[in-house]
Amino acid sequence: MAQKAIREAHGKQMMARLLKEYAGGKYVVEDNFISVGPKTDLRKLPSKYKWLREKKLVVKPDQLIKRRGKNKLILVGKTYDEAVKWIKEKSSGPITIYGKFDAKGKPLDKGTEGTLTHFIIEPMVPHKETDECYVAITSNRDGDKILFYHKGGVNVGDVDAKALKLQVPVGKFPTAEELEKSLMRNLPATRRKLVAGFVEGLYKFYADLNFAYLEINPIVVLKDRVVPLDLAAKLDDTAEFESGKKWGDIEFPPPFGRTLSKEEAYIEDLDSKTGASLKLTVLNPKGRVWTMVAGGGASVIYADTITDLGYMSEMANYGEYSGDPNEEFTYKYAKTILDLMTREKDPRGKVLIIGGGIANFTDVANTFKGIVRALREYQDKLRRNDIKIYVRRGGPNYKEGLRIMRELGTEIKVPIDVYGPETHMTKVVPMAMEALKKGGR
Amino acid sequence: MAKAQVAKAAKRPDYVLFDRDTQSFIYNLQVNAAQRMLDFDYTSKRETPSVAAIVNPTGSDGYQKFFYGPKEVLVPVYKSLQNASARHPNVDVMINFASFRSAYSSTKEAFAIPQIRTVVIIAEGVPERRMKELTAEARKLRKNIIGPATVGGVVAGAFKIGNTGGTIENIVDSKLHRPGSVGFVSKSGGLSNETYNIVSRNTDGIYEGIAIGGDKYPGSTLIEHLLRFQANPDIKMLVSLGEVGGIDEYDIVDALRKKKITKPLVIWVTGTCTKAFKTEVQFGHAGAKADADRETADAKNKALKDAGAIVPNSFDDYGLRIRETYEKLVRKGTIKPRPEPDVPKVPMDYAAAVKAKMIRKPTNFICTISDDRGEELMYRNMAISEVFKQDIGVGGVISLLWFKRLLPKYCTKFIEMCLMVTADHGPAVSGAHNCIVTTRAGKDLISSIVSGMLTIGPRFGGAVDGAAQMMSAALDAGKAPAQFVKEMKDKGLNIQGIGHLIKSVHNPDMRVEIIKGYAKKNFKSTKVLDYALAVERLTTQKRDNLILNVDGCIGVCFADMLRSEMPKEEADEYIRMGALNALFVVGRTMGMVGHHLDQKRLKQPLYRHPWDDIAYMLDQ
Repeated sequence: MAQKAIREAHGKQMMARLLKEYAGGKYVVEDNFISVGPKTDLRKLPSKYKWLREKKLVVKPDQLIKRRGKNKLILVGKTYDEAVKWIKEKSSGPITIYGKFDAKGKPLDKGTEGTLTHFIIEPMVPHKETDECYVAITSNRDGDKILFYHKGGVNVGDVDAKALKLQVPVGKFPTAEELEKSLMRNLPATRRKLVAGFVEGLYKFYADLNFAYLEINPIVVLKDRVVPLDLAAKLDDTAEFESGKKWGDIEFPPPFGRTLSKEEAYIEDLDSKTGASLKLTVLNPKGRVWTMVAGGGASVIYADTITDLGYMSEMANYGEYSGDPNEEFTYKYAKTILDLMTREKDPRGKVLIIGGGIANFTDVANTFKGIVRALREYQDKLRRNDIKIYVRRGGPNYKEGLRIMRELGTEIKVPIDVYGPETHMTKVVPMAMEALKKGGR
Repeated sequence: MAKAQVAKAAKRPDYVLFDRDTQSFIYNLQVNAAQRMLDFDYTSKRETPSVAAIVNPTGSDGYQKFFYGPKEVLVPVYKSLQNASARHPNVDVMINFASFRSAYSSTKEAFAIPQIRTVVIIAEGVPERRMKELTAEARKLRKNIIGPATVGGVVAGAFKIGNTGGTIENIVDSKLHRPGSVGFVSKSGGLSNETYNIVSRNTDGIYEGIAIGGDKYPGSTLIEHLLRFQANPDIKMLVSLGEVGGIDEYDIVDALRKKKITKPLVIWVTGTCTKAFKTEVQFGHAGAKADADRETADAKNKALKDAGAIVPNSFDDYGLRIRETYEKLVRKGTIKPRPEPDVPKVPMDYAAAVKAKMIRKPTNFICTISDDRGEELMYRNMAISEVFKQDIGVGGVISLLWFKRLLPKYCTKFIEMCLMVTADHGPAVSGAHNCIVTTRAGKDLISSIVSGMLTIGPRFGGAVDGAAQMMSAALDAGKAPAQFVKEMKDKGLNIQGIGHLIKSVHNPDMRVEIIKGYAKKNFKSTKVLDYALAVERLTTQKRDNLILNVDGCIGVCFADMLRSEMPKEEADEYIRMGALNALFVVGRTMGMVGHHLDQKRLKQPLYRHPWDDIAYMLDQ
């Protein structure tokens, strides 16, 4: 559905496999990148890859982590046995990764906690610091931008400001000569042709494989070849039908630190079983404001309004259901949320917002059926937890849908306030916040 | 008329993409979307329908029927866009419902046609690089793109793209059937309905509303449409919804600062909640992801406010800000509220009315034996999977479909036995013969079989029914077999099911022996058979080939079987209706198919009956 990041190992393996085709056979990236995951048998690897025992190695976590160097998560110049020991140690428990550092290397933010599960192992490439350069290709509406800086590595600094840039209009492919002229002037003259030829091929590779972002920092320039050391990349995953075969067997890993709770994983699984959309992120299980909103756009606005009215810390979840899920799916979705919000009683009570905009063609009464079933099933727990419910929705058959909800309130003796399109979409949010302020009923 | 329309299309200023005369092509056979456009047209009292034709690249040229209000109209369908364009030179809009795979090529195809000015791309998931190519090409050719990943947009009371606005009731509720003064543009199509509602409740309504779609690189951006609205003298105020992610909103900031936008603009950027998330969450839209501080909703809202836009504190007072802005314009005299026009009512669709239990109608047909509408095909009360699970066989299926019940195993097996013994009786009998002659005349399977089948009647095959009816009637009337035989003789009638050309008492028919033996052994009662056998004893005394033949035996045994499994009246009714003859028809069909295939296989030529086999006896 969008630009998605891939693992470094997969990006490098793609380069090793295909770059030579785009670079007239001149630039060969050796295929010696090993992706290590939780299921990899580390004891068996050396029999498959002989060089693991013959060369000095570099090991890094491969989970879309930025600033691995500053986070001291790069192992350089070690033997295979040392690498295995390091991997085991680093993946043994949760660690914290920081995003910002001061000049002395002290972290400046709270960091993100997560567990390391994936690593990349590759041979160390001996080189001098002056052999390091920076190259990146980014996407914009008019085409792509190639950034090049004659230095690279961990301390490259603000490349946006420093790097030389070339905007490439969509459909055009710059020649090595053009690249050399516009981007390489700070590079020693003897190296310019080599690097320009590499970037020429790299851009063709980037465009044809539908990359949306590709950063290599550093690339190391040796006498007769160019080696990518650190790589970060994003693919446009909508182009899977065009480039999927060339991508090979890859995955789009979740960002570091995002582990799904049992309930989130359950909803993700439900989502994969229907053409409709079901999403759930639990933000704060102890929060008192729960939402169950129809529609991707509307759900964001409900979450916004809760935030804007100053109740961000009380917002328990973000989620949405859309695309006309059937009764069984809405029932299961509603049940999951009701279960989460009734686990722990808060003496001040809680609110549930069943919101939504005006549906296009979805029968509102129909989609409420599953939710009503779940509410009826959870009525005891809803009463015990002092839960007040606010409903707002419009669209086909909405009057019948709202009537069902109103009657349900009387039947199960849970306060359910019901509103239609005559009430502003998010008006129920301040109403619910008001109820929270008053505390338990 | 066509010429005048072509002239109108050519005269549209750049800021007008659609007006009351705009006609479009729908690319791909999207019947519902087209009907919704025509419903809008009728409600808006357009002079011509907004859909000139449908381009269906996988179909063929023809017409598709639609409603225009209460009437039905024909809309032409073309296989090729080229052809459609040549026939409808006034059309300058294509609404492209092609899939994400072919949206690129079909849009390029449309761009190559000079008269097409605007292409709306509905598909979600068009690769970014392809969209960038299309956008660059559109710019070069001075064409417009709306989308991809959008529902489209609407010019109130003039032109509606595809499914925009939802149901016709909602369109009228949101006052989209007549022009207002507000130009609205958003990314989200899903929320556009909600905003049309907000705008209609707080102002004199929408003039034009566009959803540019949720992609990162849409074919047209918020600013491009806002600048069009700025240029359009009929639009008095601007309303917009931005979204977290991307930097497109900064173009609006820039336009405000440079006074390129001077009409009042109420705008809100959604996604202020992202600061509540620990790791990045991809919302529904591909573009809705902040990669830098500048791309957050908070930063964009602040920049817009600083540049002079009217930015609410949250979505909650979006409507209020819109109302205040509108009222100010009314006070200044910029907007003069207009009286509401009357609204022609689009009749409700029959299917929707039925679903809402608002109408009923008597049906013309009834069926009580099968139902193919549900999850599984039903034979009477048995799902097809159960038919196989219980292994009820062909006899069981016949039992369900003919007698509306699953008869016990001894019956279903008997039905199958009847089919087996009646399957064929050689090539010389009238049915098979006719079938063979027809096959040899070069006719197809159905014609050949029907030709043979048509000979089945009172003299050929019909004895099954006749025997069952005659024998059971005589039995029921309490006539002694001798009395029955005498009465028939006195009337000069043959007894149905008695008599055979070759077979006799001394040369029994094995088929009869098999049927008779099975009935005697398995049936609960064989009263009719016994009666028939008593009659046979009398007739064979007269001539030894006047035996109970196979048709007669099947008939009387079947009567016995039905009478043991259902009330006598019902059993007799089935026999009267021809259920027994049907057994012969089904059985013999197998044989006739065999003869047809046999003749074809042998490549037999046309049959011509020899002259010398016909006695020509014309009057001399």
